[in-house]
This record gives sequence, C-alpha cells and structure tokens, in this order.
Amino acid sequence: MPETNISPAMRAAIGGELGRRVSFPVSESDIRRWAIAVYWPQQPPPLFWDLEYATGTRHGGIVAPEDFNPFAWMSAESSSSRDADIDANDPDRTELLLGIAGPGLKFQLNGGISVEYGERIRPGDVITSVNRLQSYTEREGRLGLMLMTNTEDTWTRADGTLIKRSRATLIRY
Amino acid sequence: MASDTSTANIEVGQELPLFTRETGFAVWNRYAAVNDEFVPIHMDDEAGRAAGYPSAFGMGNLQWAYLHNAIRTWLGEDGRIVSLSCQFRGANTKGMTLTVHGTVTAVREEGGARHADLELVVKDQDGHTLTPATATVAFDA
Repeated sequence: MPETNISPAMRAAIGGELGRRVSFPVSESDIRRWAIAVYWPQQPPPLFWDLEYATGTRHGGIVAPEDFNPFAWMSAESSSSRDADIDANDPDRTELLLGIAGPGLKFQLNGGISVEYGERIRPGDVITSVNRLQSYTEREGRLGLMLMTNTEDTWTRADGTLIKRSRATLIRY
Repeated sequence: MASDTSTANIEVGQELPLFTRETGFAVWNRYAAVNDEFVPIHMDDEAGRAAGYPSAFGMGNLQWAYLHNAIRTWLGEDGRIVSLSCQFRGANTKGMTLTVHGTVTAVREEGGARHADLELVVKDQDGHTLTPATATVAFDA
C-alpha cells in the first residue's frame, strides 16, 4: 500500500477549475420525473407537478426539489474539452478533468455533501455550474488508505442569482 | 405537501414526521434514470461485493433526497431550506428499510426571519446510523 495517493501534480492542481457547465432549459417534465423518482412509491407533492396548485403557493408556480440536478444526462455547454471523453464514473475523473494523472484507485464512494441554498430552480431556468477542486486529505479506513477529495460547485441562473453552493467529498480507495 | 407546521409552534425538541422507504432496485433504478447514475455498485450485487459490501448498494444522492423530503414534509410551503449537510457513513445495501429522523435543536430570529436548526439521521431498520445530517431552515415573514 502506498504511503500517499496524492501526487505532486495533484497537490499543484488544488484550486483548479474542474469544469464549467451550462444546463439545457429545465422543463416541467424534468422536475416531475425527478420528484416521482425521489418520492417513489408515494406520489410526489403537487408543488412539483400541479401548475394550478403550485401557482397558489408563495412560489407562484412549479419549482424543482432543492436536490434536483439539471446536468444529468447532458449539458448544453461544457467548458472542458476533456469532459466528453472521460467516463462519468471513472474514479480518476477529477484529475483527468484537470489534465493530470489520477491516483488509479479502483473504488469510489460519496463521502458527504454540504449545501447552502439560494433561489429555487423553476421551469425554463438555465443553470450554470462552476466546479473547483478545494483540497485532498487522506486517512486509514477499514478498506485501506482512503483518499478524500473535496470540491465546491456553485450554481447560478443567467442573471447571476445563486441557486446553491455545494461542497462534496469523494472517497476513493 | 400538507403540514401543520407554523412558526408559532416550532420549539426545541420537536420531532419531524418520519420519512421511510424500503430500498432496493425499484427505487435505485428510478433514481439512476433521472440522475444518469448507472454505476455498477448500484446495479449489480457482484459489483457491490467486489467493493466490500454484501450486495449492491444505493446512491448517497438518493439518501440526500430523502433528507430533503423529510424536511419539506415538515416545513410545508411557507418554510425554506437554508442549508443541509450530511456524511455518508454506512452503505444502504439491498432490502434495507431507511427512515429519516429529525429533531429541532435551536430556534432563533435572524435577518427578520425565524430560523430553526435541525439534527437529522438516516437509520436502517435495526436502528443503525447510515447518514447523520444537520440543517437550517427559515420561515420568511
């Protein structure tokens, strides 16, 4: 087992931009299907699919669940020319997006998420995401040396309104 | 999203209604379909075992969604989620029944709005903690 999986190139890349994406306009159908999946088998709340009901709430119309992801499947634009060529589930994806070699670890897990929320996403919104590498840390775990990668992703509307600022930890081993 | 929550009756120690789901491919595949999250460890028991677990296991992102669902059901439509954090500490393996528990830990006025801090946890059917979380919610005037 190596003493560290954090290479000099990885250390030098901290603070780097992992990607900048622009979503396709969010549709009512995107929101409805997301809500159905996360509430399954219960029917989701009408705020996410019933326009007449939603119009009568303080939101004034349908909004997306806070956890909705407008970048699933495909983005309208992506700043990284490498993005399209890298498997979304490749454990080395973070480093490959930065144009450096990854640690080559086999497994990856979602370690945790911390989000500050701004405005809700609505049908028609086009969301921009800017994701940065914040830090690397390591510790010994049940399954060996665990590499923790922390990233910060900021989502805004076209007018600059903050949708959310999300910090995520990816665990690799 | 009916709720009897109003800012007047929120107090420290109040418990959120439980949010419970039986988990397995029926919910994981639906989540994979909307989040494009087709990862072998979430789809294939063999891949789950190769990663050190007894079966395939569910997405952390789906537990993240369940935490939001639990908070929303309690908040109703007059409150908003200001922030939410969680740590994924245990795998949600196939057949587990997950329950989100939540308690109000603080209530305060801030920037003209009433805020409440929450402590939440996703537990399995045996009471084991999978995902502890904290949140802040606000009720705008």
